[in-house]
Amino acid sequence: MKLAITRAGLIRAGVFFLILILVPVVGGPGWLLNTLIFTIMYAALSSSWNLLGGYAGYPSLGHVAFFGIGAYATAIIFTGSVYGGYAPFFVLPLIGIAVALFSIPIGWVSMRTRADVFAIVTITLLFITQTLAFNLKNFTGGAQGKSVAPAPFDVSTYDWPFYYAMLILLAIAMGISLYFRRSKIGLSLATVRADEDKAHGVGVRVTAVKLIAFAVSAGLVAMVGGVWAYYVGFIYPQFAVDPLITIGMVLMAFLGGRGTLWGPVLGAFILVPAQEYFAQAFGASELYLLAYAAVFLVIMLFLPRGILPSISERLKRRRASAAGAARDSANAAPTAIPTSEVKAVR
Amino acid sequence: MSENLLEIDHLTKRFGGVTAVDECSFTVQKGTITALIGPNGSGKTTAFNMITGYLKADSGEIRFNGETIARPRPADLYRRGLSRTFQQARIFPELTVEENLVVAAGYSWRQLFGRRVSEIDRERAKKMLGEFRLEAMAQLPSADLSYGQRKLLEFAAVLMSDPTLVLLDEPTAGVNPVMIDAMEQHIRQRHAAGVTFLIVEHDMQLVMRLCDPVIVLDHGAPIAFGSPDLIQKDTRVLEAYLGS
Repeated sequence: MKLAITRAGLIRAGVFFLILILVPVVGGPGWLLNTLIFTIMYAALSSSWNLLGGYAGYPSLGHVAFFGIGAYATAIIFTGSVYGGYAPFFVLPLIGIAVALFSIPIGWVSMRTRADVFAIVTITLLFITQTLAFNLKNFTGGAQGKSVAPAPFDVSTYDWPFYYAMLILLAIAMGISLYFRRSKIGLSLATVRADEDKAHGVGVRVTAVKLIAFAVSAGLVAMVGGVWAYYVGFIYPQFAVDPLITIGMVLMAFLGGRGTLWGPVLGAFILVPAQEYFAQAFGASELYLLAYAAVFLVIMLFLPRGILPSISERLKRRRASAAGAARDSANAAPTAIPTSEVKAVR
Repeated sequence: MSENLLEIDHLTKRFGGVTAVDECSFTVQKGTITALIGPNGSGKTTAFNMITGYLKADSGEIRFNGETIARPRPADLYRRGLSRTFQQARIFPELTVEENLVVAAGYSWRQLFGRRVSEIDRERAKKMLGEFRLEAMAQLPSADLSYGQRKLLEFAAVLMSDPTLVLLDEPTAGVNPVMIDAMEQHIRQRHAAGVTFLIVEHDMQLVMRLCDPVIVLDHGAPIAFGSPDLIQKDTRVLEAYLGS
């Protein structure tokens, strides 16, 4: 695992964010910004999910519950009658922290289970939250939905604040992802993912790091939900706590590569535009769900670890065999282990 | 007068109708390399799992360093200085060799938020890797190690926390003869440095030249205890191994 911040890594991140920062300024077709907002939203969601599902190996299928809680928190604080302005963006950190704290007991209970049982427990969390959203009518408006304060932005640049808010959340999620990898939190999470019982046996603070990952992940997802609610303006339980959002963020991380920095981002930038395209091509039907299933099958069959890890694995093997060939032709001692050549590219 | 580092008192574990460990009592004295031997299925590993908190005992008591361990938990015991290895070497294959050592070295809450591998971590790991002749592999993914090397790495890792008692579960099983010698040397070195060992092992030659005393388990309870010479002459032990 390559962990030092390299120049190549800095340049990659710099170019990526610079392009995204410039897109609204440069302009383009009307649909571009809207599509990008959802792409970046999913990149942020998937990166946040990855903190838990990727690094800790706890594949939550209920993360959209926190997304919905964040969305409703924004909607409830800034109901339709109140003038919103930029205030909903500034309240986001508070929502994030509150949801993170709120998620700790949930994480503590649910992470007493593992793997598939954990996935099922978190699905339950999703449906409990959705049911609450339908039934706590005084707060959520139930099935009638709840409106958020109309955003008073100029029509020509209406999308900009939402776009940049999502972009900042993506940067934060990726920043935390990078921090996890470079700190003992990430090291400890890697042991949890590999062999949790053994991790206990060498004194790793297993419960603590799992809860940190869970809470940070949940809080970030809630903040994204808050921006989303303000952007769409009117939220309903079935859309704010939509299983498809959960599936989306999980699928994107799987596609790009779980437990990597760029994997979830790559997954989002492939799947969201593809989904928009198919929605256009097939009309507003839900046929794109079939494509989701197909994508998932293909990943599981051919790229079980996701695109990035598979590519780096292939590169590594090629380099190792090239080094091996070089050694053979140089007729060097065949026993040496190619320490310097074998470097993970992740 | 040597003191008891570990005391096992009437430890019992049943799996359904099978009593794997049956009212088992023994002690491990400080400064010894104690062997725990017995035929397959005599309850050695089950006893290990209970002592290290991986398995809950049905009844009985465990005392470590004079303190009764009411609810043995692996992480807790590890921090108190009781560590173990597994029969099938368990390392973290995705981590590098160095990281395997660093994560087992223990760290404070503050360090948890600090660098993944700090300079101090690196120095400590380097020292241990030097002792185990694994320096050249420090930065390799530990998945690349051979089985024997994995066993060495697991052993080296549990030593990082400066334990007082190390439980080794078949340290030389499935390992080539050169590696067995290496393992023996490492155990002796660490023993000389003051670490107490409790070892489950099937290689009787190794047990007889390395360990003293030897505890023999059969059907989940000790049937003999003493120096290797005594054990070898004990008729009950011969019966247990060979059948009467």
